[in-house]
Amino acid sequence: MAIDFSQETKSGSSGASAHKSSIFQPSIITGMVGGGLGFLFGHWAGNAIAGGYQQVVGSGSNDAAIVLGYLFAVVGWFAGLGALNYPLKKMLGFEPENVEHTSDPGWGKYFRYTTDHKVVGVQYLFGMLVYFFTAGLLALAIRTELLSPVHHIWGPDTYLEIVGEHGTMMMMMMTSVVLGPFGNYVIPLMIGSKKVAFPRLEAASFWFTPISYFILLSALWQGGFQSGWTSYAPLSVQQGVGQDGYIFGFGLQGLSMICAGTNIVVTIINYRAPGMTWGRLNVMGWSMVSLGFTMILSVPVLIDGLYVLALDRTAQTSLLYGPHGGSSFLWENLFWFFGHPEVYLLAIPGFGMVAEIVPVFARKPVFGYKTAAAGMIGLAILSFFVWQHHLFQSGMNPDMRPLFMLTTELISIPTGFIYLVGMGTLWRARIRLTVPMLFMLGVYFNFLFGGVTGVYVSDVPINVTVHGSFFVMAHFHYTIMGGVIFAFFGAIYYYTPLVTGFQLSEKLGKIHFWSMIIAFNSTFLPLFAVGLLGQPRRVFEYAARLQTLNDWVSISSYVLGLSLTFFVVTWMWQIVVTRKKSVRDPWSSRSLEWHVDSYPPPAYNFETIPVVVAGPYEYADPDALPMADIVVANAGRDVARENVR
Amino acid sequence: MARFVLEDSRSEEAGKSALVKILSVWAVVSIIGMALVWFVLGPHLAPGTMTDQAQGAQFDIKFVSTLVVPVLLFVWFFFGYSIMKWRVRPGEDGTLPAANLSGNSKAQGAWYVITTTLVLGLAAFGTYFLIAPAGAGGGEGASPIWTPGTTKLLQVQVIAQQWRFTYRWPQFGGMETTGIELPVNTEIEFNVTSLDVIHDFWAYQLGVKADANPDYNNVAYTKTLATGRFTVRCDELCGIWHGAMYNYGTVVSQQQFEQWATNMEQQNASVTKLLPKYSLTYTPSYSGAGGGYYNTSVDPNANL
Repeated sequence: MAIDFSQETKSGSSGASAHKSSIFQPSIITGMVGGGLGFLFGHWAGNAIAGGYQQVVGSGSNDAAIVLGYLFAVVGWFAGLGALNYPLKKMLGFEPENVEHTSDPGWGKYFRYTTDHKVVGVQYLFGMLVYFFTAGLLALAIRTELLSPVHHIWGPDTYLEIVGEHGTMMMMMMTSVVLGPFGNYVIPLMIGSKKVAFPRLEAASFWFTPISYFILLSALWQGGFQSGWTSYAPLSVQQGVGQDGYIFGFGLQGLSMICAGTNIVVTIINYRAPGMTWGRLNVMGWSMVSLGFTMILSVPVLIDGLYVLALDRTAQTSLLYGPHGGSSFLWENLFWFFGHPEVYLLAIPGFGMVAEIVPVFARKPVFGYKTAAAGMIGLAILSFFVWQHHLFQSGMNPDMRPLFMLTTELISIPTGFIYLVGMGTLWRARIRLTVPMLFMLGVYFNFLFGGVTGVYVSDVPINVTVHGSFFVMAHFHYTIMGGVIFAFFGAIYYYTPLVTGFQLSEKLGKIHFWSMIIAFNSTFLPLFAVGLLGQPRRVFEYAARLQTLNDWVSISSYVLGLSLTFFVVTWMWQIVVTRKKSVRDPWSSRSLEWHVDSYPPPAYNFETIPVVVAGPYEYADPDALPMADIVVANAGRDVARENVR
Repeated sequence: MARFVLEDSRSEEAGKSALVKILSVWAVVSIIGMALVWFVLGPHLAPGTMTDQAQGAQFDIKFVSTLVVPVLLFVWFFFGYSIMKWRVRPGEDGTLPAANLSGNSKAQGAWYVITTTLVLGLAAFGTYFLIAPAGAGGGEGASPIWTPGTTKLLQVQVIAQQWRFTYRWPQFGGMETTGIELPVNTEIEFNVTSLDVIHDFWAYQLGVKADANPDYNNVAYTKTLATGRFTVRCDELCGIWHGAMYNYGTVVSQQQFEQWATNMEQQNASVTKLLPKYSLTYTPSYSGAGGGYYNTSVDPNANL
């Protein structure tokens, strides 16, 4: 795919192609119709092909029909969305119109396949919130079951279906929760670009996510999958057709990550404005480059693994079955070769967001800018060399355990860089405790628990006790929810004025923050003790002596749910009903995205490509030039241009 | 416009004075906190002291927890002090510049050296305490490399299947039991395998954890030091009744164990004859209970 460096952009009613206004205009509705028809066709084809297979006749369930149904549903979905119009026309020798920006002022554009990065960013924001709240409700269902060690709300099968759905949906969502909404929306503005490198890849990355959400959820109606988000074989081979929903849903999310990662890396490398040197690139830009590369290199391995699993389930290949030449260790390796980089590709954008926002509210440069960038690159690189720490007790490669213990503990060094950057930036600062800043400080507070408990988990002798227990569960919730989700909410408060043009209430935001951080810690801190006291993960029965702790956790989780509900209600109320106009540059940021002509930014982002003459963090220098000539247009453009390095 | 002058409270001198205060309070509170963790909390930490391996794990958890205290306190004090001292007060212009400090080679260098030293030290610590107690109770695979320094071992085969554990005793005629008793002051070799999916044998108080993989023998060692009851739980998700896959065992005196084992061997003699020959692995199955273990004449996977 050739990259268009021209930065010439066109606006239209939609990005895929210019559409006439009619009910047949491609949209989410036509996408769903296409998906439904595709599923029916694929299901029919699967039955026609494999209906006579011995294992299908014997079991009464046909994995091939489900898998082909999902496959054609995806094709129908994209065809219905109109996503295939451009490439098909191109292949047939026509010259379709290439529209990068949507000038349509209505809401309809958010329900269509568009190639406008700002529309895609908003679509991602709402899409990820739907993911998060669905999986959050499933978490509350888990905690409700664990109110009692012996009395049950759900049967053991339903309980494990809920556990699997919660884990898989959260892990899928977290990969895109910062990159999707903020990477896509803000990065082009931040680097002074009018567009992204691959608008259709970017759009596709989003439109994979709704169908993967529906496919994953549909597994519940197929008996679910009682194998958790890790879905170790042979359990996942043994499962019913609900497991196919996991395979396909996760696989589509993988494709989404590859598309999104490729686009963001190429955009940052190639579309930085003149003068936006690597030394001036925002820290969030560095985090996105690190994240993008991690995605591109790790996600294909997940897709390989899912493919192997699908083959074992449909074509009986026995690749994961020892006596026929396969190995159950194969899945464990493929899964975690993706799974551990994934953990860092969740954390890295959270760190990027923190390092981006803290200087604005500290009125200081990022302390150790190069250290921050090195920290994120270091995390990304090391993340590929630690995966077997998930398998310390598996019996595989026991002599490799000291090496994987070392590499895992080395991760503490780049993670420590992020803390050094935060502490240095706050030192002798002028700290404004705004809502976004509180959330960023919350990331540092929460992640610290996640970080230090990582030492326990990585230490092989201690791992013997904590592996597979609630201790590990608390550890990764502290790093992921305590880290990236707090950063995500902080970013929502920070960027809402830019994205919507409306100002949010500090008071309501602070109620949300304080209730969320207290409830979060009250939910997850006791779980370290629960794990150390011997409660394994994913059990629906546990020792009676642990009931008090479990009940405390469950009640705290309800408060956490209420806090998040409070956010949804107050945030929607403010952007839909009260709609208080934001002032220009409400946080007094130097960064380019806040210096566009209007909020929300105009369709074309910048009237002319800005020329960057200074860094984004020179808050403490009273004589610093503005970051680019867009804000000195009338008073010294020539001077500004002379300063371009 | 008058040139901006940074307040004294944000000057370099103020920073130095703040650092001295933080480090002084941190040092005192850290020493108290570390002593509390080591002496008060430490003896009660998981997984207890029933075996050599459990004792080792408890020591490791105590050591790391003690080390974590100053790390947590340093970050908390640093952040807390900065926020308290340098936050914008009501009426103050929060958009004015603060100290123009984009790095400090000494502070950064010290941070790199200290964190790297800590990390390498922890890795060395973990490696030593993995090797010294014969693999620290973790699954070491089919060919363990860190073994007890004796050949006088009680061998116990742990057979996991959906959703129960059974135990075979090669030194007692290959009998199979549903319960487990172990003698005190004895080196134990667990041979852990599965008849279907991946399970995990977690004997909490023994400080033992090893995945039960189908078609694979995973060896773990422990040395019992005290009598008492222990819990066995499955620790890898293995299907719908995973949460109910647990039982209990007991460490008893050597005489009581001999008596129990001899009785069980006699009681089970007629059943033992029907069992497949003792082996380190048995042909597993995805779909049929027990696979080749219960009926070796039929390939349980023929219909897959």
